[in-house]
Amino acid sequence: MLKERKISLQGQDHQLSHTDKQIAILEDLEQVSFSHRLEELGKSSFKPTSIDIFQVNLGKMCNQVCKHCHVDAGPDRKEIMTRETMQLCLDALDQSDISTIDLTGGAPEMNPDFRWFVEELSRRGKHIIVRCNLTIILASKKYNDLPLFFKKHKVEVVSSLPHFSARRTDAQRGEGVFEKSIQALKMLNNVGYGLADSDLKLNLVYNPSGAFLPADQAGLEAEFKRKLKDGYDIAFNELYAITNLPISRFLDYLVASENYEDYMQKLIDAFNPAAVDGVMCRNTISIGWDGYLFDCDFNQMLDLKLNHGAPNHIRDFNVDLLTKREIILNNHCYGCTAGAGSSCGGVTT
Amino acid sequence: MDKTYYDPKDLKKFGNITELQPELGKKFFDYYGDVFKEGALTQREKSLIALAVSHAVQCPYCIDAYTSDSLEKGADETQMMEAIHVAAAIKSGALLVHGVQMMNKIDDLTM
Repeated sequence: MLKERKISLQGQDHQLSHTDKQIAILEDLEQVSFSHRLEELGKSSFKPTSIDIFQVNLGKMCNQVCKHCHVDAGPDRKEIMTRETMQLCLDALDQSDISTIDLTGGAPEMNPDFRWFVEELSRRGKHIIVRCNLTIILASKKYNDLPLFFKKHKVEVVSSLPHFSARRTDAQRGEGVFEKSIQALKMLNNVGYGLADSDLKLNLVYNPSGAFLPADQAGLEAEFKRKLKDGYDIAFNELYAITNLPISRFLDYLVASENYEDYMQKLIDAFNPAAVDGVMCRNTISIGWDGYLFDCDFNQMLDLKLNHGAPNHIRDFNVDLLTKREIILNNHCYGCTAGAGSSCGGVTT
Repeated sequence: MDKTYYDPKDLKKFGNITELQPELGKKFFDYYGDVFKEGALTQREKSLIALAVSHAVQCPYCIDAYTSDSLEKGADETQMMEAIHVAAAIKSGALLVHGVQMMNKIDDLTM
Protein backbone atom coordinates (compact mmCIF):
# COMPACT_ATOMS: atom_id res chain seq x y z
CA MET A 1 0.00 0.00 0.00
CA LEU A 2 1.38 3.42 -0.99
CA LYS A 3 1.62 5.90 1.85
CA GLU A 4 -0.48 9.02 1.61
CA ARG A 5 0.91 11.83 -0.51
CA LYS A 6 1.15 15.45 0.55
CA ILE A 7 2.37 16.92 -2.73
CA SER A 8 2.18 16.13 -6.42
CA LEU A 9 4.71 14.14 -8.44
CA GLN A 10 5.77 17.43 -9.98
CA GLY A 11 6.37 18.87 -6.51
CA GLN A 12 8.66 15.92 -5.78
CA ASP A 13 10.39 16.30 -9.16
CA HIS A 14 9.44 12.67 -9.68
CA GLN A 15 10.48 11.23 -13.04
CA LEU A 16 6.86 10.33 -13.81
CA SER A 17 5.90 13.99 -13.60
CA HIS A 18 7.45 14.17 -17.07
CA THR A 19 5.03 13.10 -19.78
CA ASP A 20 7.80 11.76 -22.04
CA LYS A 21 8.74 9.28 -19.30
CA GLN A 22 5.12 8.17 -18.97
CA ILE A 23 4.72 7.77 -22.72
CA ALA A 24 7.96 5.77 -22.91
CA ILE A 25 6.52 3.29 -20.38
CA LEU A 26 3.18 3.12 -22.20
CA GLU A 27 4.83 2.56 -25.58
CA ASP A 28 7.14 -0.17 -24.29
CA LEU A 29 4.45 -2.81 -24.72
CA GLU A 30 5.08 -6.43 -25.66
CA GLN A 31 1.46 -6.96 -26.64
CA VAL A 32 -0.26 -5.47 -29.68
CA SER A 33 -0.52 -1.66 -29.49
CA PHE A 34 -3.92 -0.01 -29.13
CA SER A 35 -3.78 1.62 -32.56
CA HIS A 36 -2.94 -1.74 -34.19
CA ARG A 37 -5.84 -3.27 -32.26
CA LEU A 38 -8.15 -0.70 -33.83
CA GLU A 39 -6.62 -1.38 -37.26
CA GLU A 40 -7.50 -5.05 -36.78
CA LEU A 41 -11.10 -3.86 -36.34
CA GLY A 42 -10.86 -1.93 -39.61
CA LYS A 43 -10.46 1.41 -37.84
CA SER A 44 -7.17 2.68 -39.22
CA SER A 45 -8.68 6.16 -39.01
CA PHE A 46 -10.32 7.18 -35.74
CA LYS A 47 -12.26 10.44 -35.83
CA PRO A 48 -14.90 12.19 -33.72
CA THR A 49 -18.58 11.76 -34.46
CA SER A 50 -19.40 15.28 -33.22
CA ILE A 51 -18.47 17.76 -30.51
CA ASP A 52 -21.21 17.67 -27.87
CA ILE A 53 -19.14 18.18 -24.73
CA PHE A 54 -16.71 21.00 -24.02
CA GLN A 55 -14.56 19.80 -21.12
CA VAL A 56 -12.52 22.57 -19.52
CA ASN A 57 -9.72 22.01 -17.05
CA LEU A 58 -9.74 25.10 -14.84
CA GLY A 59 -6.41 24.27 -13.25
CA LYS A 60 -4.39 21.65 -11.44
CA MET A 61 -4.70 23.14 -7.97
CA CYS A 62 -6.57 20.85 -5.58
CA ASN A 63 -7.09 20.51 -1.85
CA GLN A 64 -6.54 16.74 -2.12
CA VAL A 65 -3.67 14.57 -3.33
CA CYS A 66 -5.46 11.39 -4.40
CA LYS A 67 -3.18 8.44 -5.08
CA HIS A 68 -4.80 7.62 -8.41
CA CYS A 69 -5.00 11.17 -9.81
CA HIS A 70 -4.20 11.23 -13.53
CA VAL A 71 -3.93 15.03 -13.37
CA ASP A 72 -1.23 14.96 -10.66
CA ALA A 73 -3.26 17.69 -8.98
CA GLY A 74 -2.53 19.00 -5.51
CA PRO A 75 -2.21 22.04 -3.28
CA ASP A 76 1.27 22.70 -4.69
CA ARG A 77 0.13 22.96 -8.32
CA LYS A 78 -0.08 26.55 -9.52
CA GLU A 79 -1.39 26.04 -13.07
CA ILE A 80 -4.71 27.87 -13.24
CA MET A 81 -6.85 29.01 -16.17
CA THR A 82 -6.93 32.80 -16.50
CA ARG A 83 -10.08 34.84 -17.11
CA GLU A 84 -8.67 35.73 -20.55
CA THR A 85 -8.54 32.03 -21.50
CA MET A 86 -12.02 31.54 -20.07
CA GLN A 87 -13.19 34.39 -22.30
CA LEU A 88 -11.64 32.61 -25.31
CA CYS A 89 -13.63 29.52 -24.28
CA LEU A 90 -16.82 31.61 -24.16
CA ASP A 91 -16.01 33.13 -27.56
CA ALA A 92 -15.56 29.63 -28.98
CA LEU A 93 -18.84 28.48 -27.46
CA ASP A 94 -20.61 31.53 -28.89
CA GLN A 95 -19.69 30.37 -32.41
CA SER A 96 -20.86 26.79 -31.88
CA ASP A 97 -23.98 24.99 -30.69
CA ILE A 98 -22.18 22.91 -28.04
CA SER A 99 -24.59 22.68 -25.14
CA THR A 100 -22.74 20.80 -22.40
CA ILE A 101 -19.77 22.28 -20.53
CA ASP A 102 -17.89 19.96 -18.20
CA LEU A 103 -15.70 21.79 -15.67
CA THR A 104 -12.87 19.87 -14.14
CA GLY A 105 -9.52 20.31 -12.40
CA GLY A 106 -7.88 19.84 -9.88
CA ALA A 107 -10.65 21.31 -7.85
CA PRO A 108 -12.25 23.66 -10.38
CA GLU A 109 -13.83 25.70 -7.58
CA MET A 110 -10.34 26.80 -6.47
CA ASN A 111 -9.94 28.87 -9.62
CA PRO A 112 -10.62 32.49 -8.53
CA ASP A 113 -12.74 33.07 -11.66
CA PHE A 114 -14.73 29.86 -11.31
CA ARG A 115 -17.96 31.55 -10.28
CA TRP A 116 -17.67 34.23 -12.95
CA PHE A 117 -17.19 31.53 -15.59
CA VAL A 118 -20.18 29.50 -14.34
CA GLU A 119 -22.34 32.65 -14.34
CA GLU A 120 -21.31 33.44 -17.92
CA LEU A 121 -22.06 29.87 -19.03
CA SER A 122 -25.37 29.92 -17.17
CA ARG A 123 -26.31 33.21 -18.86
CA ARG A 124 -25.79 31.48 -22.19
CA GLY A 125 -28.16 28.68 -21.18
CA LYS A 126 -25.49 25.98 -21.18
CA HIS A 127 -25.81 22.70 -19.31
CA ILE A 128 -22.96 22.91 -16.80
CA ILE A 129 -21.29 19.92 -15.14
CA VAL A 130 -18.86 20.47 -12.28
CA ARG A 131 -16.56 17.67 -11.20
CA CYS A 132 -16.54 18.46 -7.51
CA ASN A 133 -14.37 16.47 -5.12
CA LEU A 134 -16.89 17.14 -2.28
CA THR A 135 -14.31 18.00 0.38
CA ILE A 136 -13.72 21.42 -1.23
CA ILE A 137 -17.19 22.44 0.02
CA LEU A 138 -15.87 22.07 3.59
CA ALA A 139 -12.31 23.23 2.91
CA SER A 140 -12.98 26.83 3.96
CA LYS A 141 -15.91 29.16 4.67
CA LYS A 142 -15.70 30.72 1.23
CA TYR A 143 -16.73 27.38 -0.30
CA ASN A 144 -19.52 26.48 2.15
CA ASP A 145 -22.19 28.08 -0.07
CA LEU A 146 -21.18 26.11 -3.17
CA PRO A 147 -24.26 23.86 -2.99
CA LEU A 148 -26.52 26.94 -3.20
CA PHE A 149 -24.37 28.46 -5.96
CA PHE A 150 -24.61 25.20 -7.93
CA LYS A 151 -28.36 25.14 -7.36
CA LYS A 152 -28.79 28.72 -8.54
CA HIS A 153 -27.23 27.84 -11.90
CA LYS A 154 -28.69 24.31 -12.09
CA VAL A 155 -25.19 22.89 -12.25
CA GLU A 156 -24.96 19.10 -12.48
CA VAL A 157 -22.59 17.90 -9.77
CA VAL A 158 -20.39 14.87 -10.45
CA SER A 159 -18.37 13.71 -7.47
CA SER A 160 -15.89 10.95 -6.78
CA LEU A 161 -16.66 8.49 -4.04
CA PRO A 162 -14.61 5.35 -4.59
CA HIS A 163 -16.45 3.39 -1.92
CA PHE A 164 -19.19 3.49 0.68
CA SER A 165 -16.62 2.54 3.30
CA ALA A 166 -14.23 5.00 4.94
CA ARG A 167 -11.35 2.57 4.67
CA ARG A 168 -11.47 2.22 0.88
CA THR A 169 -12.22 5.89 0.21
CA ASP A 170 -9.53 7.23 2.52
CA ALA A 171 -6.97 4.79 1.15
CA GLN A 172 -7.38 6.35 -2.30
CA ARG A 173 -8.24 9.97 -1.52
CA GLY A 174 -6.64 10.76 1.85
CA GLU A 175 -7.36 10.32 5.53
CA GLY A 176 -10.67 11.83 6.63
CA VAL A 177 -11.94 12.32 3.08
CA PHE A 178 -14.82 9.85 3.46
CA GLU A 179 -16.29 11.60 6.49
CA LYS A 180 -16.03 15.04 4.82
CA SER A 181 -17.48 13.63 1.60
CA ILE A 182 -20.50 12.32 3.51
CA GLN A 183 -20.99 15.75 5.12
CA ALA A 184 -20.76 17.45 1.72
CA LEU A 185 -23.22 14.99 0.18
CA LYS A 186 -25.69 15.77 2.97
CA MET A 187 -25.27 19.49 2.25
CA LEU A 188 -26.01 18.85 -1.41
CA ASN A 189 -29.04 16.70 -0.54
CA ASN A 190 -30.25 19.45 1.81
CA VAL A 191 -30.53 21.97 -1.03
CA GLY A 192 -32.29 19.43 -3.26
CA TYR A 193 -29.45 17.67 -5.09
CA GLY A 194 -29.81 13.98 -5.89
CA LEU A 195 -33.40 13.66 -4.71
CA ALA A 196 -35.94 11.66 -6.69
CA ASP A 197 -38.33 14.58 -7.23
CA SER A 198 -35.62 17.15 -8.03
CA ASP A 199 -34.06 18.23 -11.30
CA LEU A 200 -30.77 18.98 -9.52
CA LYS A 201 -28.52 16.13 -10.56
CA LEU A 202 -25.92 14.61 -8.25
CA ASN A 203 -23.95 11.78 -9.80
CA LEU A 204 -21.16 9.83 -8.16
CA VAL A 205 -18.01 8.43 -9.70
CA TYR A 206 -16.55 5.08 -8.66
CA ASN A 207 -12.88 4.42 -9.40
CA PRO A 208 -11.34 1.14 -8.25
CA SER A 209 -9.03 1.81 -5.33
CA GLY A 210 -6.23 -0.34 -6.70
CA ALA A 211 -4.96 -2.39 -9.62
CA PHE A 212 -8.26 -3.94 -10.62
CA LEU A 213 -11.10 -3.17 -13.00
CA PRO A 214 -14.43 -1.70 -11.96
CA ALA A 215 -17.37 -3.95 -11.19
CA ASP A 216 -20.63 -3.86 -13.14
CA GLN A 217 -21.89 -0.27 -13.04
CA ALA A 218 -25.58 -1.07 -12.48
CA GLY A 219 -24.81 -3.46 -9.62
CA LEU A 220 -22.46 -0.97 -7.99
CA GLU A 221 -25.01 1.82 -8.31
CA ALA A 222 -27.69 -0.27 -6.61
CA GLU A 223 -25.33 -1.18 -3.78
CA PHE A 224 -24.06 2.40 -3.31
CA LYS A 225 -27.66 3.65 -3.20
CA ARG A 226 -28.61 1.07 -0.58
CA LYS A 227 -25.51 1.57 1.59
CA LEU A 228 -25.54 5.38 1.45
CA LYS A 229 -29.29 5.52 2.15
CA ASP A 230 -29.23 2.99 4.99
CA GLY A 231 -25.99 4.20 6.53
CA TYR A 232 -26.17 7.97 6.06
CA ASP A 233 -29.58 8.84 4.59
CA ILE A 234 -27.88 10.12 1.42
CA ALA A 235 -29.45 10.02 -2.04
CA PHE A 236 -27.90 10.50 -5.46
CA ASN A 237 -28.92 10.02 -9.09
CA GLU A 238 -26.44 7.87 -11.00
CA LEU A 239 -23.12 6.17 -10.38
CA TYR A 240 -20.45 6.19 -13.07
CA ALA A 241 -17.93 3.35 -12.90
CA ILE A 242 -14.68 4.59 -14.39
CA THR A 243 -11.56 2.55 -15.09
CA ASN A 244 -8.27 3.97 -13.82
CA LEU A 245 -5.95 4.77 -16.72
CA PRO A 246 -2.22 4.10 -16.36
CA ILE A 247 -1.24 7.75 -16.28
CA SER A 248 0.55 10.00 -13.82
CA ARG A 249 -0.03 9.06 -10.17
CA PHE A 250 -1.94 5.88 -10.96
CA LEU A 251 0.91 4.87 -13.26
CA ASP A 252 3.34 5.65 -10.44
CA TYR A 253 1.29 3.45 -8.10
CA LEU A 254 1.24 0.61 -10.64
CA VAL A 255 4.99 0.77 -11.21
CA ALA A 256 5.87 1.16 -7.51
CA SER A 257 3.59 -1.71 -6.48
CA GLU A 258 4.85 -3.92 -9.36
CA ASN A 259 1.34 -4.17 -10.76
CA TYR A 260 1.94 -2.34 -14.05
CA GLU A 261 2.44 -5.33 -16.40
CA ASP A 262 -0.43 -7.29 -14.89
CA TYR A 263 -2.74 -4.27 -15.02
CA MET A 264 -1.94 -3.59 -18.67
CA GLN A 265 -2.57 -7.27 -19.39
CA LYS A 266 -5.93 -6.98 -17.62
CA LEU A 267 -6.88 -3.99 -19.77
CA ILE A 268 -5.76 -5.75 -22.95
CA ASP A 269 -7.50 -9.01 -22.05
CA ALA A 270 -10.68 -7.03 -21.35
CA PHE A 271 -10.55 -5.10 -24.66
CA ASN A 272 -14.12 -4.88 -25.88
CA PRO A 273 -14.69 -3.86 -29.52
CA ALA A 274 -18.25 -2.86 -28.60
CA ALA A 275 -16.88 -0.25 -26.20
CA VAL A 276 -14.81 1.53 -28.86
CA ASP A 277 -17.47 3.61 -30.57
CA GLY A 278 -18.72 5.19 -27.35
CA VAL A 279 -15.40 6.43 -25.97
CA MET A 280 -15.54 10.06 -24.91
CA CYS A 281 -12.95 11.43 -27.36
CA ARG A 282 -15.52 10.89 -30.11
CA ASN A 283 -17.88 13.60 -28.86
CA THR A 284 -15.73 15.69 -26.50
CA ILE A 285 -13.09 18.34 -26.84
CA SER A 286 -10.82 18.86 -23.87
CA ILE A 287 -9.39 22.29 -23.09
CA GLY A 288 -6.31 22.61 -20.92
CA TRP A 289 -5.78 25.29 -18.27
CA ASP A 290 -3.60 27.19 -20.76
CA GLY A 291 -6.10 26.94 -23.63
CA TYR A 292 -4.53 24.09 -25.57
CA LEU A 293 -6.92 21.54 -27.10
CA PHE A 294 -6.87 17.79 -26.63
CA ASP A 295 -8.97 14.76 -27.57
CA CYS A 296 -9.66 13.93 -23.93
CA ASP A 297 -8.59 14.66 -20.38
CA PHE A 298 -6.10 11.78 -20.46
CA ASN A 299 -4.39 12.98 -23.63
CA GLN A 300 -4.28 16.41 -22.01
CA MET A 301 -2.37 15.05 -19.03
CA LEU A 302 0.05 13.28 -21.36
CA ASP A 303 0.42 16.55 -23.30
CA LEU A 304 -0.70 14.87 -26.54
CA LYS A 305 -1.90 18.03 -28.25
CA LEU A 306 -4.13 17.89 -31.32
CA ASN A 307 -2.20 17.61 -34.55
CA HIS A 308 -2.79 16.58 -38.19
CA GLY A 309 -3.71 20.14 -39.06
CA ALA A 310 -6.44 20.52 -36.43
CA PRO A 311 -6.26 23.73 -34.42
CA ASN A 312 -4.62 23.01 -31.10
CA HIS A 313 -5.49 26.15 -29.13
CA ILE A 314 -8.83 27.60 -28.09
CA ARG A 315 -8.04 30.91 -29.82
CA ASP A 316 -8.19 29.01 -33.15
CA PHE A 317 -11.32 27.03 -32.26
CA ASN A 318 -13.05 25.73 -35.38
CA VAL A 319 -15.78 23.12 -35.00
CA ASP A 320 -15.57 21.92 -38.62
CA LEU A 321 -11.82 21.33 -38.52
CA LEU A 322 -12.00 19.78 -35.06
CA THR A 323 -14.77 17.40 -36.07
CA LYS A 324 -12.59 16.16 -38.94
CA ARG A 325 -9.52 15.68 -36.76
CA GLU A 326 -7.70 12.38 -36.31
CA ILE A 327 -7.86 11.29 -32.66
CA ILE A 328 -4.43 10.71 -31.09
CA LEU A 329 -4.12 7.21 -29.68
CA ASN A 330 -1.67 5.52 -27.36
CA ASN A 331 -1.73 2.44 -25.17
CA HIS A 332 -3.44 4.17 -22.25
CA CYS A 333 -6.54 4.09 -24.50
CA TYR A 334 -6.90 0.41 -23.56
CA GLY A 335 -8.32 1.77 -20.30
CA CYS A 336 -11.35 3.29 -22.03
CA THR A 337 -12.19 0.12 -24.00
CA ALA A 338 -11.84 -2.49 -21.24
CA GLY A 339 -14.92 -4.42 -20.19
CA ALA A 340 -18.05 -2.30 -20.47
CA GLY A 341 -15.91 0.67 -21.54
CA SER A 342 -15.11 3.78 -19.56
CA SER A 343 -15.66 7.49 -19.99
CA CYS A 344 -16.31 10.56 -17.88
CA GLY A 345 -19.96 9.48 -18.02
CA GLY A 346 -19.26 5.90 -16.96
CA VAL A 347 -19.60 2.82 -19.16
CA THR A 348 -19.70 3.22 -22.94
CA THR A 349 -21.69 0.09 -23.85
CA MET B 1 17.96 -19.95 -7.14
CA ASP B 2 15.25 -20.96 -4.67
CA LYS B 3 13.13 -23.87 -5.75
CA THR B 4 9.49 -23.76 -4.70
CA TYR B 5 6.41 -25.75 -5.54
CA TYR B 6 4.38 -22.60 -6.31
CA ASP B 7 5.21 -19.78 -8.73
CA PRO B 8 2.62 -17.01 -9.25
CA LYS B 9 3.52 -16.96 -12.96
CA ASP B 10 2.24 -20.52 -13.28
CA LEU B 11 -1.34 -19.34 -12.82
CA LYS B 12 -1.18 -17.85 -16.33
CA LYS B 13 -0.23 -21.30 -17.62
CA PHE B 14 -3.35 -22.94 -16.21
CA GLY B 15 -4.87 -23.14 -19.70
CA ASN B 16 -1.89 -25.21 -20.83
CA ILE B 17 -3.31 -28.31 -19.12
CA THR B 18 -5.28 -28.85 -22.34
CA GLU B 19 -2.03 -29.61 -24.19
CA LEU B 20 -1.73 -33.13 -22.80
CA GLN B 21 -5.46 -33.93 -22.87
CA PRO B 22 -7.34 -31.41 -25.04
CA GLU B 23 -10.77 -33.01 -24.88
CA LEU B 24 -11.05 -33.29 -21.11
CA GLY B 25 -9.26 -29.98 -20.60
CA LYS B 26 -11.73 -28.19 -22.86
CA LYS B 27 -14.67 -29.84 -21.11
CA PHE B 28 -13.33 -28.67 -17.78
CA PHE B 29 -12.78 -25.06 -18.87
CA ASP B 30 -16.17 -24.88 -20.59
CA TYR B 31 -17.79 -26.17 -17.40
CA TYR B 32 -15.70 -23.83 -15.25
CA GLY B 33 -16.69 -20.83 -17.36
CA ASP B 34 -20.36 -21.75 -17.20
CA VAL B 35 -20.25 -22.21 -13.43
CA PHE B 36 -19.09 -18.62 -12.93
CA LYS B 37 -21.69 -17.03 -15.22
CA GLU B 38 -24.48 -15.01 -13.62
CA GLY B 39 -27.24 -17.42 -12.69
CA ALA B 40 -29.37 -18.02 -9.63
CA LEU B 41 -26.36 -16.57 -7.81
CA THR B 42 -24.77 -13.29 -8.85
CA GLN B 43 -21.20 -13.27 -10.16
CA ARG B 44 -20.15 -11.46 -6.99
CA GLU B 45 -21.71 -14.14 -4.76
CA LYS B 46 -19.97 -16.85 -6.79
CA SER B 47 -16.66 -15.03 -6.54
CA LEU B 48 -16.96 -14.77 -2.75
CA ILE B 49 -17.83 -18.48 -2.52
CA ALA B 50 -14.78 -19.23 -4.67
CA LEU B 51 -12.64 -17.06 -2.43
CA ALA B 52 -13.84 -18.91 0.65
CA VAL B 53 -13.30 -22.33 -0.95
CA SER B 54 -9.85 -21.22 -2.14
CA HIS B 55 -8.88 -20.77 1.49
CA ALA B 56 -10.51 -24.03 2.53
CA VAL B 57 -8.49 -25.95 -0.07
CA GLN B 58 -5.48 -23.66 0.59
CA CYS B 59 -4.76 -23.02 -3.08
CA PRO B 60 -2.52 -19.94 -3.46
CA TYR B 61 -3.33 -19.62 -7.15
CA CYS B 62 -7.06 -19.54 -6.38
CA ILE B 63 -6.57 -17.09 -3.51
CA ASP B 64 -4.75 -14.64 -5.82
CA ALA B 65 -7.29 -15.11 -8.60
CA TYR B 66 -10.42 -14.76 -6.47
CA THR B 67 -9.07 -11.90 -4.38
CA SER B 68 -8.69 -9.95 -7.64
CA ASP B 69 -11.97 -11.24 -8.98
CA SER B 70 -13.92 -10.40 -5.80
CA LEU B 71 -12.60 -6.82 -5.92
CA GLU B 72 -13.51 -6.55 -9.60
CA LYS B 73 -16.99 -7.85 -8.86
CA GLY B 74 -17.42 -5.04 -6.36
CA ALA B 75 -16.93 -6.91 -3.08
CA ASP B 76 -15.22 -5.05 -0.28
CA GLU B 77 -12.58 -6.21 2.19
CA THR B 78 -15.08 -6.80 4.99
CA GLN B 79 -17.25 -9.06 2.82
CA MET B 80 -14.15 -10.92 1.65
CA MET B 81 -12.88 -11.50 5.18
CA GLU B 82 -16.35 -12.63 6.29
CA ALA B 83 -16.37 -15.14 3.42
CA ILE B 84 -13.09 -16.55 4.74
CA HIS B 85 -14.57 -16.75 8.24
CA VAL B 86 -17.45 -18.78 6.83
CA ALA B 87 -14.90 -21.22 5.38
CA ALA B 88 -12.99 -21.23 8.67
CA ALA B 89 -16.18 -21.86 10.66
CA ILE B 90 -17.09 -24.82 8.45
CA LYS B 91 -13.55 -26.22 8.59
CA SER B 92 -13.40 -25.97 12.39
CA GLY B 93 -17.02 -27.10 12.75
CA ALA B 94 -16.28 -30.09 10.58
CA LEU B 95 -13.40 -30.98 12.88
CA LEU B 96 -15.31 -30.42 16.10
CA VAL B 97 -18.40 -32.32 15.02
CA HIS B 98 -16.16 -35.38 14.81
CA GLY B 99 -15.90 -34.99 18.56
CA VAL B 100 -19.34 -36.60 18.70
CA GLN B 101 -17.83 -39.71 17.12
CA MET B 102 -15.09 -39.60 19.73
CA MET B 103 -17.70 -39.27 22.48
CA ASN B 104 -19.65 -42.22 21.05
CA LYS B 105 -16.48 -44.28 21.05
CA ILE B 106 -15.77 -43.23 24.63
CA ASP B 107 -19.26 -44.48 25.56
CA ASP B 108 -18.54 -47.78 23.80
CA LEU B 109 -15.27 -48.27 25.60
CA THR B 110 -16.00 -47.02 29.09
CA MET B 111 -18.29 -48.12 31.92
